[in-house]
Amino acid sequence: MTMGTIQFAFLWTDILIFILVAAIAVFVIYTIKHKHLRDPWKRVFQRRLGMAAFLVLMAYVCVGLLDSVHYKKGDNPEIISLFDDLVGGLRTREEKSYSAPFATHLFAKEMMERADGSRVRGYPRLQYGGAHLQDPHKDKWADITQRVLQAVLLALIAWLLFSALMILWLARRKQQTWRSMLSSVWHGKESLPWKVVLVTLGLLILFMALLLQLSTHYHVLGTDKVGQDVLYQSLKSIRTGLVIGTLTTLFMLPFAIALGIMAGYFRGWVDDVIQYLYTTLNSIPGVLLIAAAVLMLQVYMSNHPDQFGDVISRADARLLFLCLILGVTSWTGLCRLLRGEAMKISQVEYIQAANAFGVGHLRVISRHILPNVMHIVLIAVVLDFSGLVLAEAVLSYVGVGVDPTTNSWGNMINSARLEMAREPMVWWSLIAAFSFMFMLVLAANLFSDAVRDAFDPRLQRQQ
Amino acid sequence: MMAYIIRRVLYAIPILIGVNLITFVLFFFVNTPDDMARMHLGEKRVTQEAVEKWKEERGYDRPMIYNNEADGIKTLTDTIFFDKSVKLFAFDFGQSDDGRNIAHDISQRMWPSLAIALPTLLVGLLVNITLAMLLAFFRATYIDITGVVLGVVLMSISSLFYIIGGQFLMSKLWHLMPISGYDTGIDAFKFLILPVIIGVIGGIGSGTRWYRTIFLEEINKDYVRTSRAKGLSELKVLFKHVLKNAMIPILTGVVVVIPLLFIGSLVTEAFFAIPGLGSYTIDAINHQDFSIVRAMVFLGSVLYIIGLIMTDISYTLVDPRIRLE
Repeated sequence: MTMGTIQFAFLWTDILIFILVAAIAVFVIYTIKHKHLRDPWKRVFQRRLGMAAFLVLMAYVCVGLLDSVHYKKGDNPEIISLFDDLVGGLRTREEKSYSAPFATHLFAKEMMERADGSRVRGYPRLQYGGAHLQDPHKDKWADITQRVLQAVLLALIAWLLFSALMILWLARRKQQTWRSMLSSVWHGKESLPWKVVLVTLGLLILFMALLLQLSTHYHVLGTDKVGQDVLYQSLKSIRTGLVIGTLTTLFMLPFAIALGIMAGYFRGWVDDVIQYLYTTLNSIPGVLLIAAAVLMLQVYMSNHPDQFGDVISRADARLLFLCLILGVTSWTGLCRLLRGEAMKISQVEYIQAANAFGVGHLRVISRHILPNVMHIVLIAVVLDFSGLVLAEAVLSYVGVGVDPTTNSWGNMINSARLEMAREPMVWWSLIAAFSFMFMLVLAANLFSDAVRDAFDPRLQRQQ
Repeated sequence: MMAYIIRRVLYAIPILIGVNLITFVLFFFVNTPDDMARMHLGEKRVTQEAVEKWKEERGYDRPMIYNNEADGIKTLTDTIFFDKSVKLFAFDFGQSDDGRNIAHDISQRMWPSLAIALPTLLVGLLVNITLAMLLAFFRATYIDITGVVLGVVLMSISSLFYIIGGQFLMSKLWHLMPISGYDTGIDAFKFLILPVIIGVIGGIGSGTRWYRTIFLEEINKDYVRTSRAKGLSELKVLFKHVLKNAMIPILTGVVVVIPLLFIGSLVTEAFFAIPGLGSYTIDAINHQDFSIVRAMVFLGSVLYIIGLIMTDISYTLVDPRIRLE
């Protein structure tokens, strides 16, 4: 790697992501300092599934964040991300066309020229996949087994090291010997499920070690039509999925909170206007409104190409706009919930007392109503996330999703779908996209269940 | 009752006007008709004449909202707004950008959509409610917990996966039914099975979970405890009391989507090549036919509002506590 001058490039979504990260950091610090906020979160992490799901989510978030630091390196005009830099060859090792996972030869037959000049039809060797093997048919599986064993060993060492450090840290904090700590972690006597942490992290480390060992010499998930590594595409798609799942909420929250509380608190004509607004927006079927808006954006972009700079910023603008329009179509549900809740709360005595003392509306809302509806907001945010990730795939399929040049699971599925008719089938792009998406959505769903159970006061009374 | 319905219908009018205004602004102010013409004609250097001709053929050459040159009532009617937007209220959808009659297309294409969407809804409802009842019956046992976890897993799978996987298994591997296509009359049946099955399976996760919550909420109420205390069997309690009372929240979710069944599902219809309104919309999106998309947005809103009104009316039918005065 040559280290040239590094010139950072900030895409719009990058900036918003880092603002979001900063906001979450502030929120976390605030939560830790207040016991009444800390307790429900503690309940989230005390659930084993909640903890495991959180760790998986964090793994996704790490990839997404690494992929959100963009820069130009030296004289190379291409904008790459820190993630691209770290995975190095995964991005650049491109074959000619389709190749199956762990393949050493191309998927389709081609005319090849032999050393003696005669031409023959056959499967050409891949340029990178298994290129280090002398005789791929004989050596491949032995080589793969050896690499897998190495990876397992590496992962085991890393995991043991981590576990030891964790136990020592816990023992120090709780002022116990490491032996007693180890046994209480093992038997699940601690308040947090540390055993689950260790198991989940162990699996994540093992997964990473396997990828590190294998992906340098093989295309672990095959290559796509233009020969790009499918594993790389799937990993790059993580950022798109996370951006859509989080930024959409970021756009929608101010509307939903402000309008919902205003409608419930002020009532009268304010309520009428806001109700009219969300009933109108809600009555347009979501997909159609998104389709119409994205169509209009396409026309605008193709008529004003000068406003959008290079390909990356253009795709980024489209991603941002998609989040915006998804936000416009999805704030109504939360708004209605908040309106009802604010209506209920504003009847309670302490609000009436505050009003009687002449406390201003803004202060009543921010001091008394907002904190009391925050759990609804939080549950809605977490619940919406997985739906948005899934929606991206469908929208890209319909043709109104992210830009075709953006890496996204929807785009991967869309382009792989065209190859369904092929015999034998090109299945690896589809499976890769679906699995990565499934893991993220499943983790998000499990986590949101844990959050809902911990925060919903109604559920707690039942328990 | 009649007075209530009339009031609800009158209340729908301002909402439809709002929808109409939103679509009008979206389609004609974000991009001018000139932009659309250029996009459609495709080339980078389109002559102004070609643009004018394209606009004239489709009636986009008039002023937006107010026509200075016309006189009398025509100052308002001889405009794009009146011709393209106001006429939607009379279900006069006009012509698509490639010259077909949209209203005719819609009347033809809504039946295949309905043929898929209605069985999917009904079978799905039956399956989901049955499974949810089972989970509610076995609540807080391992069967319930497994069911809930399975539900979350099913929910986390993309709908595209159900379709692609279903097509692959049923049609490509086992050759049970045609992979896609449609036919008229009784022959349509064999084309409908696969999309309906896939639609039902795709909805099991979220559906069962949702109905289970409704049942559990009902099960914890006092009247259920009383009926159990009377000595009724658990099955009787579930079917005679819980199911009956849970019908109210279930109806809210179901009745509102019934009119929307005509629109069909965009993705399902595209994958199975069903000539319904969903694939009509997708084709329009891909060909950037703005008139059709505009018509579908309006139609979708009208159907949604009809669904809302139907929901309110159905409440009075199942819940005698609710009066509409």
